Amino acid sequence: MITFKNVYKRYPQGMDALADINFEIAQGTLTLLKGHSGAGKSTLLKLIAAVEKPTAGTVQVSGENVGALKRAAVPWLRRNIGMVFQDQKLLFDRSAFANVMLPLQIIGFPPREAERRVRAALDKVGLADRERAMPIAMSGGEQQRLAIARAVVSRPTLLLADEPTAHLDADNARDVARLFHEFQQVGVTVVIATHNEELYVPYAPDRISLAHGRLEVSA
Amino acid sequence: MNAWLTHQRAALAQALRRLAGTPTTTLLAAISIGIALSLPAGGHLLLTSLQQLGQGSSANPQISVFMTLDADAKASEKVGEQLKVNPAVGAAQFIGRETTQKRLREAGLAQVIDSLPRNPFPDTFVVTPADSSPEALEALRAELAKLPHVDQVQVDSAWAKRLSVLLNLGRTVVWLLAGLFGIGLIALVFNTIRLQVLTKREEIEVSRLLGATDTYIGRPFYYFGALQGLLGGLLACAIVFASFAILQARVAELAELYRMGFELHQLKLTDILALLGLSAALGWLGAALSVRQHLRDF
Ligand SMILES: Nc1ncnc2c1ncn2[C@@H]1O[C@H](COP(=O)(O)OP(=O)(O)OP(=O)(O)O)[C@@H](O)[C@H]1O
Ligand SMILES: [Mg+2]
Repeated sequence: MITFKNVYKRYPQGMDALADINFEIAQGTLTLLKGHSGAGKSTLLKLIAAVEKPTAGTVQVSGENVGALKRAAVPWLRRNIGMVFQDQKLLFDRSAFANVMLPLQIIGFPPREAERRVRAALDKVGLADRERAMPIAMSGGEQQRLAIARAVVSRPTLLLADEPTAHLDADNARDVARLFHEFQQVGVTVVIATHNEELYVPYAPDRISLAHGRLEVSA
Repeated sequence: MNAWLTHQRAALAQALRRLAGTPTTTLLAAISIGIALSLPAGGHLLLTSLQQLGQGSSANPQISVFMTLDADAKASEKVGEQLKVNPAVGAAQFIGRETTQKRLREAGLAQVIDSLPRNPFPDTFVVTPADSSPEALEALRAELAKLPHVDQVQVDSAWAKRLSVLLNLGRTVVWLLAGLFGIGLIALVFNTIRLQVLTKREEIEVSRLLGATDTYIGRPFYYFGALQGLLGGLLACAIVFASFAILQARVAELAELYRMGFELHQLKLTDILALLGLSAALGWLGAALSVRQHLRDF
């Protein structure tokens, strides 16, 4: 599903954020991405979604070299990816409901059915009664769950989550972990960058460890 | 197809919301566009109205042949026969001096005419030439002037020619105005969209991250530009319509005074549709150029 071959990423005026990365992630697996702050986890997820392009090497998603995608082809890749961003990237000019609706609007989903799906997604993250709230009036944890609802609403085949439980209490964090597991159960490939490894222990995840932009060979 | 329709509807709704969300800006833009477009539109309409003055006379010019006052009926009859056999003459109509006098008396000038010692009007022929080219006209005029007892020959196409030259000038001015104000409209919409892209940065960035195509992101802006142009076009129609309605009464007075069959044309439905279509298209174009320029950064 996802293949990294000799991938390097260097940001303009920076050192290597990622160096010589090689791995493969099989379809339908749950993979944890670990590493200290600044290790390159977010960078790695951005390469998968073609938010950033590798400086060298190839990143393949479903057999497609996403680093070489033309600008016009990128949206079609992203429509199959649900992404929870580390900084969430919610829109503060519209309600929680409208935020979750956005991915469905973008793919031109029939409005009536889209509304049903949005409610279902909000329900899954425990925000069913908050659909009219503005994100600015929501707690950090609620915002995080809202971002998760937006990532899963279009039922993507690949789910990328960047620290999705950073602002959550233990109960909510466990619920989110279970939600990701549920998606994995129906065949979705899930990649989660996290410092809260223990949440996922019950689901026997695969692990990729990064340190200073390099893969750590680990158990 | 269904997704396409959903997209169009959503984009239109979004554009309408953005327009309604900034009513002052929307109104000011509509006024600027409306006034700018009303000038060439009004000019065009005025020219179409003026054109009718030249019509008839410029298409088939006529030559008036005036007999001398001392020419008797026999002399006029002779000239009439010569006109009939002249191949350069298409048709000739005789208007006798009595007829002219009678007509004017009926037109309310009885007192003036009765106070004159004798009938002051000459026998007249109105000649329609077979060939209405300027050279043929001039040749025929010279020839007719040499006929016996002919006092004066008038080609009534001269002023029509002047009118037509003036109309051409007017048309050029209208096209120039239309071109300039059209570019102005595009520039205005271009800038409005540029500012909007700036204020919608986050939405655009997030939409792109969620898989929005450039077309999807651009669409509400296209609709916005088209609607802004359309509003301006509507206002231009209203301005022209109102102005011409006011002017029409005055022009009618004037035409009555000069006994001219002249009337100011009002906007027709096709004019209105053309103006609206054009202004919407220009607005769309301005938006498309702006979006192309400013979405590159995302
Ligand atoms: N846009 C950028 N421009 C320049 N340097 C960047 C940019 N984004 C990340 N970096 C650098 O790349 C390295 C890896 O960053 P990255 O965000 O991938 O780390 P991370 O593992 O996600 O860290 P954290 O756990 O704090 O989120 C860091 O040294 C960071 O400073
Ligand atoms: Mg990070």
